[in-house]
Amino acid sequence: MKIHEYQAKELFRQNNVSVPEGTVAFSLEEALTAYDRLNVKTVVVKAQIHAGGRGKGGGVKLAHSRNEVKTHAEEILGMNLVTHQTGPGGKEVQRLLIESGVDIARECYAGIVLDRAEKQFVFMVSTEGGVEIEKVAAETPEKIIKEWIDPEKGLTEDQARNLAIALEMTGTQIDSAVEIFLAVWKVFIEHDCSLLEINPLVVTGDDNVMALDAKMNFDDNGLFRHKELLDYKDESEEDAAELEASKYQLNYIKLDGNVGCMVNGAGLAMGTMDIIKLYGGEPANFLDVGGVANAETVANGFRIILSDPNVKSILINIFGGIVRCDRVAQGVIDAMDTVNVSIPVVVRLEGTNAKQAAKLLKNSSLEFLVATSLADAAEKAVSAVTGGGL
Amino acid sequence: MSVLVGNNTRLIIQGITGTEGSFHGSQIKEYGTNLVGGVTPRKGGQEVLGVPVFNSVQEAKAETDCNTSVIFVPPAFAAGAVIEAVEAGLELVICITEGIPAADMVKVNHKIKDLPTRLVGPNCPGVISPGKAKVGIMPGFIHEPGTIGVVSRSGTLTYEAVHQLVAAGLGQSTSVGIGGDPIIGTTFIDMLSLFADDDETEGIVMIGEIGGTAEEEAAQWVIENNLQKPVVAFIAGQTAPPGRRMGHAGAIIAGGKGTAAEKVTSLETAGIHVVKSPADIGKAMAEATNTK
Repeated sequence: MKIHEYQAKELFRQNNVSVPEGTVAFSLEEALTAYDRLNVKTVVVKAQIHAGGRGKGGGVKLAHSRNEVKTHAEEILGMNLVTHQTGPGGKEVQRLLIESGVDIARECYAGIVLDRAEKQFVFMVSTEGGVEIEKVAAETPEKIIKEWIDPEKGLTEDQARNLAIALEMTGTQIDSAVEIFLAVWKVFIEHDCSLLEINPLVVTGDDNVMALDAKMNFDDNGLFRHKELLDYKDESEEDAAELEASKYQLNYIKLDGNVGCMVNGAGLAMGTMDIIKLYGGEPANFLDVGGVANAETVANGFRIILSDPNVKSILINIFGGIVRCDRVAQGVIDAMDTVNVSIPVVVRLEGTNAKQAAKLLKNSSLEFLVATSLADAAEKAVSAVTGGGL
Repeated sequence: MSVLVGNNTRLIIQGITGTEGSFHGSQIKEYGTNLVGGVTPRKGGQEVLGVPVFNSVQEAKAETDCNTSVIFVPPAFAAGAVIEAVEAGLELVICITEGIPAADMVKVNHKIKDLPTRLVGPNCPGVISPGKAKVGIMPGFIHEPGTIGVVSRSGTLTYEAVHQLVAAGLGQSTSVGIGGDPIIGTTFIDMLSLFADDDETEGIVMIGEIGGTAEEEAAQWVIENNLQKPVVAFIAGQTAPPGRRMGHAGAIIAGGKGTAAEKVTSLETAGIHVVKSPADIGKAMAEATNTK
């Protein structure tokens, strides 16, 4: 789960990680009230969307007066912000963070991620702050300093000090950084974060260290023990169909193609998308119906796939293990009775009770294209879109 | 020979009294696996699936001399269940549970890294040595005994591969789902190493997917250890967009890392036959073993 910068900073503030003073604003009026309350000369008007690269896209502006706040807030609120992380479609800005300007002496980077190969969390810092860290990692990897965290000890004070020194900090800056790093680790581990980034982490003119930005993602598998975090969920940041699917326990991700697919299992679902592409088609979605594929799940799956007007054919690929193919077949037949499906549907059922399933499909009055193998299914689904030109 | 599970397996089920544990347990038993007991805290003394239920793994070990455990307990308690089985000194622990927090698995792996117990999973279908033992949730009947080792991060895609192998006349020595999570116990490298040393295994099917660098590390291992057995691989997620978790918690291209293209290149550099289509796995393995 992703959250907004202002929400992440709220968690930081609660845990003694130094951040600039600021308030979220949902409207121009709220932005101006926030400015008045901050009572400082310079503020930053920051677009709040679940994507990075906001500054480059024009979503972050400095304002030196009430009038400038008004101009920027008017411009940014409601704008369609396009960054390298939003994709070409962009994201509509619905919230702003109005924040006190900070006297920045130096910008650094700090982040915590899971190192899958080492099977540990790793705390990373770099003197190259304020830029894309992926770029630093690719071009000058020696400029990223890492400390792997022992899960029993947590981040130690010595490690935090090493990181501060790696950031070329001196004197009281070191103490300030150590305090922040330890607090940031606490926030990370106590909330089951999957990623935490501060870019930039700044050294101020008066030698304080402060988190000027905050990006925080949570491990979905850990959310069951952090119910309070669900209040941070911003559903407007999610695709409507994906949100709908999650209510039915379906795992759906919308893509740009025209061959819809419904598959059991994440690996097979990805493999099905890949083979559609290989046969010259473009998958319209990823959809894993999971271990339960009955009439209801199939019907919901149909509805969600069909909510995408680009879809020109549907491929159902089920490898029955625990799931019985005859039940899936009956589910497909029942679902087609309740959902109006006017495009070709290709069905491929293999595994447990596949023969009974084939019989059911054959005897139904509905029109399916029954496929005998994975390759046959992909070919049929793609040629149904291209008009049988294959 | 097979690897991990076989005729010497003496299995217990942790979570045997739960819905999942009892359902899959009955199929595991039906397949002919030597099921000797089950564990559910505070439910000891009962009998389920014709075997005794114990309060702890330690108790089960003392009474049944079990050497393997399969775990079906809910995500919140799964990490604790793994540690319990490891501390009881079992040889093999297979964790089926999906949805365990990554931080829990970091702790588990830290705790068990110097201990002799092998962990498979979590979030995996388990392990089967056809004709001998099934310790997992895969449909047993699609498998045939034979000479191909299968290792995969996926569940149903593995069944697809096995189905194709059987259609091509190839049975399996052992088929292992290592799991779709970012932090897992047994890795591709561990399995390649076991299959390399197994006399009965003549070829290896490896099914990877986007996310992480486990496939790249496996490719490096194949080069360094000069693996002589033919390997056929498929990488799922060639069409997956970056930054999106594709069902499995571990299947995500993050920070530009973990793409299918990188993995395919690494594997091909190691001399592994990577099929572009998931429908060609069986055929490619048949060709590889015939021309050996």
